[in-house]
Amino acid sequence: MDRLKNFIEDFGWPRIIIGIFLLCLFITAPFVGVRVGTSISDTLVRVGMNGVLVLAMVPMVQSGCGLNFGLPLGIIAGLLGATTSVQFGMKGLLGILFAFSIAIPLGLAFGFLYAQILNRVKGEEMMIATYVGFSSVALMCMAWLLLPFSSPVMIWGYGGSGLRTTISTDGFWNHVLSDFMSVQAGSFYFPTGMFLFFVLMLTVVWAFFRTKTGTAMTAVGSNPEFARASGIDVDRMRTISVMLSTALGAIGIIVYQQSFGFIQLYMGPLYMAFPAVAAILLGGASVNKASITNVVVGTFLFQGILTMTPSVINNLIKTDMSEVIRIIVSNGMILYALTRKTRVKR
Amino acid sequence: MTLENVVRTDSPPLLKIDGVGKEYFGNKVLEEVSFTLEAGEILGLVGENGAGKSTLMNILFGMPVIARTGGYTGRIEINGREAAFSSPFDAIDAGIGMVHQEFSLLPGFTVTENILLNRESTKYNPLVEVFGERIRALDRADMTKRAKSAISKLEFHIDSNTVAAEMPVGHKQFTEIAREISRDNTKLLVLDEPTAVLTESEAEILIRALRNLAVKGIAMVFISHRLEEVVDLCDKIVVLRDGRVVREAEPKNTDVYQIASWMVGRKIEGDHSRRVDREDTEPILEVSHLWVDMPGETVRDVSFTVQRGEIFGIGGLAGQGKLGIANGIMGLHPAGGKVVFDGKSIPLNDPAHVLKRDMAFVSEDRRGVGLLLDESIDWNIAFTSMQVQGRFLKSYLGGLIQWRDDEAMRDAADRYIELLEIRCTSHRQRAVELSGGNQQKVCLAKAFVIGPKLLFVSEPTRGIDIGAKKLVLDTLKRVNEEQGMTVVVTSSELEELRAVCDRITIVDSGRVSGIRPANCPAEEFGLLMMGAQDIAAAVER
Repeated sequence: MDRLKNFIEDFGWPRIIIGIFLLCLFITAPFVGVRVGTSISDTLVRVGMNGVLVLAMVPMVQSGCGLNFGLPLGIIAGLLGATTSVQFGMKGLLGILFAFSIAIPLGLAFGFLYAQILNRVKGEEMMIATYVGFSSVALMCMAWLLLPFSSPVMIWGYGGSGLRTTISTDGFWNHVLSDFMSVQAGSFYFPTGMFLFFVLMLTVVWAFFRTKTGTAMTAVGSNPEFARASGIDVDRMRTISVMLSTALGAIGIIVYQQSFGFIQLYMGPLYMAFPAVAAILLGGASVNKASITNVVVGTFLFQGILTMTPSVINNLIKTDMSEVIRIIVSNGMILYALTRKTRVKR
Repeated sequence: MTLENVVRTDSPPLLKIDGVGKEYFGNKVLEEVSFTLEAGEILGLVGENGAGKSTLMNILFGMPVIARTGGYTGRIEINGREAAFSSPFDAIDAGIGMVHQEFSLLPGFTVTENILLNRESTKYNPLVEVFGERIRALDRADMTKRAKSAISKLEFHIDSNTVAAEMPVGHKQFTEIAREISRDNTKLLVLDEPTAVLTESEAEILIRALRNLAVKGIAMVFISHRLEEVVDLCDKIVVLRDGRVVREAEPKNTDVYQIASWMVGRKIEGDHSRRVDREDTEPILEVSHLWVDMPGETVRDVSFTVQRGEIFGIGGLAGQGKLGIANGIMGLHPAGGKVVFDGKSIPLNDPAHVLKRDMAFVSEDRRGVGLLLDESIDWNIAFTSMQVQGRFLKSYLGGLIQWRDDEAMRDAADRYIELLEIRCTSHRQRAVELSGGNQQKVCLAKAFVIGPKLLFVSEPTRGIDIGAKKLVLDTLKRVNEEQGMTVVVTSSELEELRAVCDRITIVDSGRVSGIRPANCPAEEFGLLMMGAQDIAAAVER
């Protein structure tokens, strides 16, 4: 009994309630004509697509920079990597690796600049991050039109210049990660490659937080004054964490695109931060503590709800409510988690 | 015998404090405090920091913090009737005015507006019929008149239209007092260090003004660290030490020197036995013309030398800069001057460098600076050493990756848990869950792990229970003797310093007012704390 109680306390009531709700949805699904196999693989595909984006929250949370509402900045770095790869006509595994090789340095560079802003607004990071995300998207709306991309698959057909809003990755590196060693059994599909990649990323971040620098970063998030008294350069640690988060955002969006099949430009990245924030909070992270477990649990629960609720409920009430439910769940979760910011600093 | 005197002896005293006691979480801060105060009398309340002065005034003023922490024992009577205030408003209604150390003035409001805040004169206008009394207009002319009359009682001139933000501190202090006496029913005024922020000439004017008020029948409780003022102004002096009234005296029968000795007292007798002759040792730390910009603890110009292997004490009253010294040398607050450690000068404002040179610091701000509250004990203990000295790391893949060595961290934590008797469930327990004393032991362990040549310890026993206090002090002495570690202890408790240190420097107004061997009489330290001008007076005597 005590062990059960401890488990519940450790895991947290919100996760248990949502977990049970998700389980109920899976159980109800066959009775309202939703195929369980499809549902489960849909959920898993979405977990794989969004996992790295959720992981991009971790470094910044751990260093005390708050939730990375500026994720669109990282996503833009990823988009630049993806479009450049398509521009040069890179195909298959080479294509996606090329996209990464462009996106990661750009992500680190953007992250460096982004960190300079965040280090000037300590205590207000999340608000500022949101606006950094929004304004970078707006700025890129112009850039997408002006950048000298020329590949006919990407530019507007009529004007002959400027990128389209949606670019297909088909014929380039569509599903290269997802389909690697993937399993198909009837309606059930498991994107093994994408999950292996997700696990690889989780391991890299986990390992990083076991190093001296990672430990220092955690201490900075826990108590910056303590860290400073221990001879840590607090601003430097924060900068590194923001660079890491932004680079992970860049990687994350490329993983997302290869599974989704499209590169979405212009306003595409605008609201991408919110589902990722909601997922990690749902996973049990707080504003200044997040773990790998939070990422995995949170992504699964959140994407599970997002996949299952619309399909089951639409079948129950015969109306399309998916978008409404998606918004209520993701924003409601953020609201809930932020109001529970009970940790008292010092 | 005049008629007035007859009346005075027959009627009950204006204020009677009778056997008042107060505990904070089992820690006695006031015990059996009793005294009386007549109308028009000025009572000087003196004592060291933490003697219980503020707590007593909080009780008198009905501050909610008292009720929240379990109330108080004993009785307070005003004009013979028991007064048990549940909020400061009740105290104000009963005629008690309080002038705080920190100003409570609205910066953008004029003197008049500040004095009459929430008690403004108002006049009728038609909107009152609709919205009620709260919408009555201000009667500025009458307000100015009332404010002026309150100021004139102080016999000091302030323009009643000046905005508070633009006034010199002295004027702000007068405005505060004018506000308190502008209430018609104010009979008792509590002044908590009213002269602390004033220049000497302003203080004189204030003292004169207070004397005038007393003549008008207002009683006063005057709290001050400037003993000459107290002797000069008060009719009666009550000395508090460790929450007890140790002496009640009339100024004409005593002097500054005697009061100082009552204040510091002699709490831990004997044991000033560690008189090691250190004539032949070399200096390990030479500080010259150090200044530190630490909020509330500004260090202006401090020079001293610490000998290798000694325990050096830094004492002084709160806010005089004693805490700034260690913080400045350790690079936690902007500092300047010259610090030579072990023969080589160290750069200031660079915490990492100082730690690398084998100096460690146990901060006075345990929860703010000293601990990672949300992390486990082993993290707290090992972190600084890991970052500065690269210990508690394990190499993998031929040194390509260095990971935290959890096992070594656990071992170190377990060793110190045993050595310092840290009461905890395990090394995995989070620091926030420990009691103050055990948190302090973790802070010490964190410093010991570094294996420093010189250890700064600030306020080592603040807010911890007696058992832990003894253990902490004994540990400091032991590491000093066994490992030859030089220790610099900063503390507001003089007796603690006298019990562990070889030499003690007293800091006053950001400057060293004197360095004495620890076996010097307590009175001498008391006088050094009160500032050098007192010493001059004592020497003359």
